[in-house]
Amino acid sequence: MTPKRQPEANQEPVVQRIRIRYAKRGPLRFTSHRDFARAFERAVQRAGVPIAYSQGFTPHPRISYASAAPTGTGSEAEYLEVGLRAVVDPDDLVKALDAALSPGLDVLEAVEARGGALAERIDASHWRIELPGTDPEAVDRAVAAFEATAEVPVSRLTKQGTRTFDARGPVVRISAAAAPSEGDGRTCAILDLVVRQVTPTVRPDDVLSGLRVVADLELPVPPRAIRLAQGSLTAQGELVDPLFADRDGAASGAPPV
Amino acid sequence: MSVASDAGTSPSTAPTVWPQLERLLPLISKPIQYVGGELGATVKDWDTASVRWALMYPDAYEVGLPNQGVQILYEVLNELPDVLAERTYAVWPDLEKLMREHGVPQFTVDSHRPVGAFDLLGVSFSTELGYTNLLTALHLAGIPLSAVDRGAGDPVVVAGGHAAFNPEPIAEFIDAAVLGDGEEAVLEITEIVRRWKAEGSPGGRDELLLRLARTESVYVPRFYDVDYLPDGRIQRVVPNRPDVPFRVHKRTTMDLDAWPYPKKPLVPLAETVHERYAVEIFRGCTRGCRFCQAGMITRPVRERSITTVGQMVAEGLEFSGFREVGLLSLSSADHSEIGDICSGLATAYEGSNVSLSLPSTRVDAFNITLAEELSRGGRRTGLTFAPEGGSERIRRVINKMVSEEDLIRTVVTAYTHGWRQVKLYFMCGLPTETDDDVVQIARLAHEVIKAGRQATGSKDIRCTVSIGGFVPKPHTPFQWAPMSSPEVIDNRLRLLKQAINSDRSLGRAIGYRYHDGQPSLIEGLLARGDRRVGAVIRRVWEQGGRFDGWSEHFSYQRWIDAATEVLPAFGVDLDWYTTREREELEVLPWDHLDSGLDKDWLWKDWQDALSEYEQDDCRWTPCFDCGVCPSMDTEIQIGPSGRTMLPLTPVSGNGLRVPAEAR
Repeated sequence: MTPKRQPEANQEPVVQRIRIRYAKRGPLRFTSHRDFARAFERAVQRAGVPIAYSQGFTPHPRISYASAAPTGTGSEAEYLEVGLRAVVDPDDLVKALDAALSPGLDVLEAVEARGGALAERIDASHWRIELPGTDPEAVDRAVAAFEATAEVPVSRLTKQGTRTFDARGPVVRISAAAAPSEGDGRTCAILDLVVRQVTPTVRPDDVLSGLRVVADLELPVPPRAIRLAQGSLTAQGELVDPLFADRDGAASGAPPV
Repeated sequence: MSVASDAGTSPSTAPTVWPQLERLLPLISKPIQYVGGELGATVKDWDTASVRWALMYPDAYEVGLPNQGVQILYEVLNELPDVLAERTYAVWPDLEKLMREHGVPQFTVDSHRPVGAFDLLGVSFSTELGYTNLLTALHLAGIPLSAVDRGAGDPVVVAGGHAAFNPEPIAEFIDAAVLGDGEEAVLEITEIVRRWKAEGSPGGRDELLLRLARTESVYVPRFYDVDYLPDGRIQRVVPNRPDVPFRVHKRTTMDLDAWPYPKKPLVPLAETVHERYAVEIFRGCTRGCRFCQAGMITRPVRERSITTVGQMVAEGLEFSGFREVGLLSLSSADHSEIGDICSGLATAYEGSNVSLSLPSTRVDAFNITLAEELSRGGRRTGLTFAPEGGSERIRRVINKMVSEEDLIRTVVTAYTHGWRQVKLYFMCGLPTETDDDVVQIARLAHEVIKAGRQATGSKDIRCTVSIGGFVPKPHTPFQWAPMSSPEVIDNRLRLLKQAINSDRSLGRAIGYRYHDGQPSLIEGLLARGDRRVGAVIRRVWEQGGRFDGWSEHFSYQRWIDAATEVLPAFGVDLDWYTTREREELEVLPWDHLDSGLDKDWLWKDWQDALSEYEQDDCRWTPCFDCGVCPSMDTEIQIGPSGRTMLPLTPVSGNGLRVPAEAR
């Protein structure tokens, strides 16, 4: 009998790890995390990135994702880490990857990893949520009611069925303002929100469900949510850039919007 | 890259529907399929284009996007400076409902313009089961369903693809059909439309269609009348005006090296059925399998040379970032230089984690040699062999020349070369088929497993028996054949299952996959239907028929009900179209459409099938007079060219491709 084939350990080792911040913008905010991951793997090939592969029968490129904004929400602050088999300049990597991705999937900055785990530096998200067609005063009232409530149970359909959880507890900060919509330019309510990342994740949608629970706030059209930042939460309620610890005046691409 | 401006500004003639669509996308599943923005996608200026095409694949985006035909035409058309081509796909019922509620028309995914604003709507039909989706798209676009109701502002609806070789069932809904290869045909149509528009659209829509019809390769159904005999058969199909041809001929693109498309393959953001760079290594097939419409209507064989294939793969991978290459054709192992192509590519991509696949179903050891060569880089693709018929007798009927001995030897070779699983593909419902022919599949599978266990000394080998339903198609020797009823098919599939499991030890090593007989019967109705079947399609669509190629959407009952309701008025019924055997002199609905095949030769081949007489392949044996080459003024184009694949330029340094001017 032919012995079962074992793959040889023929993949080159990782010599450099680089952490990347990227954005999901405009129409391409409708990419799911899986969609982005496929697009990114191809961009790595198109850009000629010397990506390292795992060992085994089906080697996988060494890419690990620290976050995944929900399908349909935009983001200015998604993070991932790549393992490379040759050393590159992080600045060049930003340019090469960004040119290889569709407009709207935009690579913003890259720094060489200095140790520690990226995921451990992210425990909260800062969101901007446009509520087109809403009355800013009604939203103000709903926000006040939400803040005044200790616990706001909401339900969401997950793969495991409908789950009910508290949407209030993880909300560190919430406020509303009136400003022109990025969609149609008309004035509408815009929520500013900082949420601690817990399990299950409280998403923008869940907070909006919470506003409906406490104040019957109904949205005439779907909201537009954008993640502005992620990081670790300080005692003062500010977010610390997860790449800060790796940076020493390092590469940065397009400025955050 | 920089931020996409949200769909941008557009002229009042065809404003983008993106703002309205964007609000619906959070409410539906997989919104990314409607967004566009793929690598390889082209958005051109609307106002400066003189001819505007909307290209549709009438199935879901995940199936339609990888379609080679649409990708090729999209690229060929967009390379013309004054021509614009955008793509549209069938929308799922969840979005269709919302689009109707909010008045959003059928749109293109490239710049979300209403399909109704284009000059032409080209629809590529690989299968007849997309017909109801055409009606949905027309209706959502605000284009009248019946071509005769369309006005000057409506797009000219042009059908292409294999199903267009009998467009009669959708004759009412289309303005024109193009038979055969599309590369040159779309350019010719574009030129006619361009000139007609530049002249100020003289004579309106009718004049434009007439100019198209005069090319003799564009079929305009409205210029032909169909007369019927009292018994329901067709008496004749004749032009109803003096200036159009009696027969319409298929197009053949002869030099595939001159058309190396796709150069810039579309790379989807959404998940699709094929995620690979596909290169067609030859077109056409002369193996002569009698059930195979593709093999009959794409003759003669035209090979793409080894050097062009190598270059297309290198450039296609670099452009797309795909890690998988498919070497496509109807029988890829038959390319005259396939050995050198495979070893050349395997050498070029060794150690690069690119996987190469050769979808060939040829039943011989050469296939395994090629598969081994391609898997040198480490990734081993699956092996499929297609004997198509379970008994030697039925294989003679269908002209699939493989002996049982060869089949077993080939599969055992695969096992001894390290494959632990192979797939065997068969058909059920073939002409003259008996229960025994199908049950023989089980015996064959048992023999394969027994021989495989003996040769490898291992019980760790498997085979999967996959059964497809036979559907007789126009322009094949089986175009006269009666179909078997779904009850007969389903009973044979049951008997086969019992036979496979009659030996528990062997049965455990055999996987069994099949489709039931009902969808095949409807596909048969649509494939060999005439204009009267259009009323059935319309009725099914009105009753909610959508996505008939998807088992979860297909409703057999809806088709039965519509056929029962509509057909008796014409003196025919579903059986008349499907389980009835045609006679030699019957006028078939597609007789006025010329695939190049001589009808007398097809009839002779049908008689040969019935007497179980085999026909050789004209690539290796003398011409057997199918008629294509002389009538189409074409000839077989095969190598070997004697050339070798150019070595790839090695990448220097870390390989990073940094754009000179970073944006």
